Amino acid sequence: MTDALLGVVIAVPVLASVVPLIASFWRDKIGWYVALIALSVNAFIVASIVRGFLNEGRLSHEVGGVSVPYGIELALDGLSVPILVLVALVSLGTLVYTRNAGPRSNSFYSGYLLLTAGLIGVTVTGDVFNLYVFIEITGLTAYALIASGDDGRSAYAALKYLIAGTVGASLYLIGIAYAFVATGTLNMADLSARLAEVGHSDTLVLTSFAFVVAGLGVKVALFPLHTWQPDAYSSAPYGVAAYVSALVSTVSAYALGRLVLTVYTPEFLVSNPVVSSALVYFGALSIVAGSVLAVLQTDVRRLLAYSSVSQFGLVVVAFGIANPTSVFGGVVTLFGHAVVKGSLFFAAGIFAYRLGVTRLDEYEGLARKMPYTGAAFAVLALTLVGVPPAVGFVGKWYVALGAVRAGETSVAVVIFASTLLTLMYVARLVDRMYYGAAGTGTSETAVADGGTGGVCVTYGMVALVVLAAIAVVVLGPVASAVQETLALGEVLGT
Amino acid sequence: MTGIAESLLTQYYHVVFVLLLGIGVYTMIDAKNLVKKIIGLNVFQVSVFLFLVSSGYLEGAEPAIVKDGGGPYVNPLPHVLILTAIVVGVSLTALALALVVRVYQEYGTLDEEHLQEVMSDD
Repeated sequence: MTDALLGVVIAVPVLASVVPLIASFWRDKIGWYVALIALSVNAFIVASIVRGFLNEGRLSHEVGGVSVPYGIELALDGLSVPILVLVALVSLGTLVYTRNAGPRSNSFYSGYLLLTAGLIGVTVTGDVFNLYVFIEITGLTAYALIASGDDGRSAYAALKYLIAGTVGASLYLIGIAYAFVATGTLNMADLSARLAEVGHSDTLVLTSFAFVVAGLGVKVALFPLHTWQPDAYSSAPYGVAAYVSALVSTVSAYALGRLVLTVYTPEFLVSNPVVSSALVYFGALSIVAGSVLAVLQTDVRRLLAYSSVSQFGLVVVAFGIANPTSVFGGVVTLFGHAVVKGSLFFAAGIFAYRLGVTRLDEYEGLARKMPYTGAAFAVLALTLVGVPPAVGFVGKWYVALGAVRAGETSVAVVIFASTLLTLMYVARLVDRMYYGAAGTGTSETAVADGGTGGVCVTYGMVALVVLAAIAVVVLGPVASAVQETLALGEVLGT
Repeated sequence: MTGIAESLLTQYYHVVFVLLLGIGVYTMIDAKNLVKKIIGLNVFQVSVFLFLVSSGYLEGAEPAIVKDGGGPYVNPLPHVLILTAIVVGVSLTALALALVVRVYQEYGTLDEEHLQEVMSDD
């Protein structure tokens, strides 16, 4: 019974996304209410799915009753549960923010609901082609939402994102086409078994792996495939930037993990040591390059964007090492990063709407003007560094522990070095906010800019950010406790 | 060596796939005009469609309308997949062109280099 809900949870936002568009004939600004109702309903469904998972373990549903492996399978296991919960929570939280900060048009909320459906679809699908379709749904709506900013810059950034993203998704499609040619199946579980039969060192299998990793690498925005990302994040409205930065790359990284770990499986990585080290070094390069680029930024949004490049490098390293400890660290990092990065964009938005500050040097003395948001921002930024006991630390800890257990000590060193680099840009920011001379010119800039759209910062928006800051600290100790529940060893087949 | 030449001749669709892919990527990188970039993107996608569609083809096989004593049949699955992928491609092109229209309205140019100049001015 519970497994049928896996289909419902995708269908609800898709169906709801039509409502605001039709309602536009009679009323404006009704989209927010539709989205709130649909996503609240979805959160309840997700809650009962998670309960089903806790009782029964892995859930699986055959769409339309066509038997697997011919039909499409929707599945949920320990790897996807945290991501599903994350999507449900963040999609509701972002609504609190966009209530006032906008965009408020009906069409925006149609896109928002479709994007949520796409994200959930990527999370629960058990079919590689179905995954492609959901990735494209996610991509299409993400491009449209990025372009919802009111200047031409956002449209141009969205176009760049569209071209890069489509190339990425097409590369992924080539990858699964090779896998299909090798095996004749598209169901993930079936594909995994058949790939092993074909042989993990077969040229077709290796080619398909390379295309899949490169394609999803573009979507995740790993260095050097990240170039679309800073522009996209810095020109979108803050609410959109938060949502996209929190979830779109996250589910792409999840998809990468899903394919590497459960379709190609850790045995594939073991039998191809070159491929496995390439994947780990690809991630490690991203960790270092992302941090270095972030240190060089002067715009806060671009800084946050580059720090994502670094964090997703960590996740890919975790998946590349592919033992249950490191994968758990990767999942925790995915979850923690999404909450932290989304909330940092929310906070940056609050600063921009209230005071008109967007650049690093304008953050001088900010914490004294806006103590609550300032403190929340500082806590969230320090979580990014990995200060215990917050969730960022737990993620890094398990990835590093997994790396050491797998004998990849050099990776543990890279993680430590990147922590220092992260500290470099975060400390600079927090230091400015708390000890910088209280900026004199900032309020004038706000007036002169006028480009903040006259958004009134509500208590709800501030409360959301503060709540998120508390949540990431509490999540740290809680995260270690759920390690057993997720049964990742079972997912990896070890 | 003859093995490679032979497989190139018998599997010429694979050569066309790689050629189209190259043309598409090259156009996307080289063309300065945004519309041309989108054309490049389309060519790139079509190459992937060709690859998948041709993977289901079998020399001398029948369409997959199963009857007694029939067969061998071509695999219909890739065709269905590509039908979906084409729909995705069309929506992407539509969105891309809509964005191009907005960029043009805002900046009055579609030339990438010119756009960068205009954008760094404001």
